[in-house]
Amino acid sequence: MAWAKENGGNNKAAELNYVDRSLDGPSHNFSLMPTPSKHTQYPYVTGSSVLGIKYKDGILLASDTAGCYGSTVRYKSVERLKRIGDNTILGASGEISDFQAITNLLDELITEDWMWDDGNKLGPFEIHNYLNRVMYNRRNKFDPLWNSLVLGGIKKGKKYLGMVSMIGVHFQDNHVATGFGNHLARPIFRDEWKEDMTLEEGVKLLEKCLLVLFYRDRSAINKFQMANVTEGGITITEPFALKVNWELEAFRNPTKGAEGSW
Amino acid sequence: MTKTAIDLPPKGGFSFDLCRRNAFLESQGAKMPKFRKTGTTIVGLVFKDGVILGADTRATEGEIVCDKNCEKIHYLAPNIYCCGAGTAADTENVTDMVSSQLELHRYATSRESRVVTALTMLKSHLFGYQGQVSAALVLGGVDVTGPHLHAVYPHGSTDTLPFATMGSGSLAAMAVFESRFKEGMTKEQGIEVVCAAICAGIFNDLGSGSNVDLCVITKGGKEYLRNYQQPNPRSYTHSKGYHFTTILSSKIRSLRNHVRVVEGDAMEEE
Repeated sequence: MAWAKENGGNNKAAELNYVDRSLDGPSHNFSLMPTPSKHTQYPYVTGSSVLGIKYKDGILLASDTAGCYGSTVRYKSVERLKRIGDNTILGASGEISDFQAITNLLDELITEDWMWDDGNKLGPFEIHNYLNRVMYNRRNKFDPLWNSLVLGGIKKGKKYLGMVSMIGVHFQDNHVATGFGNHLARPIFRDEWKEDMTLEEGVKLLEKCLLVLFYRDRSAINKFQMANVTEGGITITEPFALKVNWELEAFRNPTKGAEGSW
Repeated sequence: MTKTAIDLPPKGGFSFDLCRRNAFLESQGAKMPKFRKTGTTIVGLVFKDGVILGADTRATEGEIVCDKNCEKIHYLAPNIYCCGAGTAADTENVTDMVSSQLELHRYATSRESRVVTALTMLKSHLFGYQGQVSAALVLGGVDVTGPHLHAVYPHGSTDTLPFATMGSGSLAAMAVFESRFKEGMTKEQGIEVVCAAICAGIFNDLGSGSNVDLCVITKGGKEYLRNYQQPNPRSYTHSKGYHFTTILSSKIRSLRNHVRVVEGDAMEEE
């Protein structure tokens, strides 16, 4: 069926007649069935990894501020960490427009909750559950919100850190990461995270992982943000850069002892 | 493939005649046999006096661990060793072949082998097979020109590096290297970092597991430390073997009293 593969399926008429049919012919006439829509199956402007850890007083989230359009770093000041209400922070990797839609949804949710004026505010566990439902329902309609979300918060002394993926997989843990962070940062967390770290230790651990991600993830840039949520409130830092080290002696002339190799 | 008038002798390399047929059969649902891959985390690191190579010891065949304690650090020359990731048969045979070639070369030149010689032999072989020989190698050694460490990829490209990782666990191991590597480490520091990198691969990657193998090569010689660390012991075995509780009670019923034995013919065996 060579023509079914040419021009990316624009030969709809021909396709409808021949694709998915047996050689004997169908029992019903399927020529009115539309081909499935594909515009929901790839992201356009994407953000890279988000890292999150629990520490003694609350939660720390970190991410870089790059929005990549395919293989170009098109936007260098994309804030991928947002505050939700008074005690939760949300970080997202994946499609930026879907992240913006999610933050709109959550803003509406928080506003409606505030309007009840009943002395209770939505906490991180509730928002996690809401996000989980949203993501899973969209996935069931074959139109996912193309994000991996990291949610962290603290309410009445109870710390929460969790992740919801684009297909609705969700879990909570002491340290989470999305995207490349899973492969590069999680091994370091598993080795070096400990219960009740101070803020300085937590920041140092995150900075170490952000640096590794900058070295080894092609869609990362040297411009990061960190968000901190404690019982006292939420702070999101201004973008900062980390000190990189390219001064290894071996990098100056890598083929010094091996003439002709590369 | 049409037959030419003169039957030329085969020039070596693979014959791709059956590829279209195989692709068609696979699309129709025929299952290709799984080959044994080494999954793997392999690393190499240059320290003050030489090179340290490290590897895990798990070999997988699809989803099954087929060898819990295989050797992934292969001998090339007394002063050159090579870790291999990818298809186990490919890494074994390529390193064996280059090892023999290096020995012949040593006899011909009366000199100690150089790492770049092994590198060139490996890369020209792999490039000739256009990536079909699925061997990703970390080659390290010390020769008269000093310590060298190279990463060799299945298509034949190479990298000369102060620290290298390959295999499915390479990202976990590289994360450890990028955060802990320093130039001019001592042997103890180097061994610690290499072990940490391999352990990161073992515990965070499903294709790697079991034990840590090390090989430390210096100007003075080599130390092949097989199973240097065994962070996955079988903790549920009992060293003296299992024994069951003492007998609490026993009751013997003789069935002969209850069964009436009748003579008869044996059953016909048809």
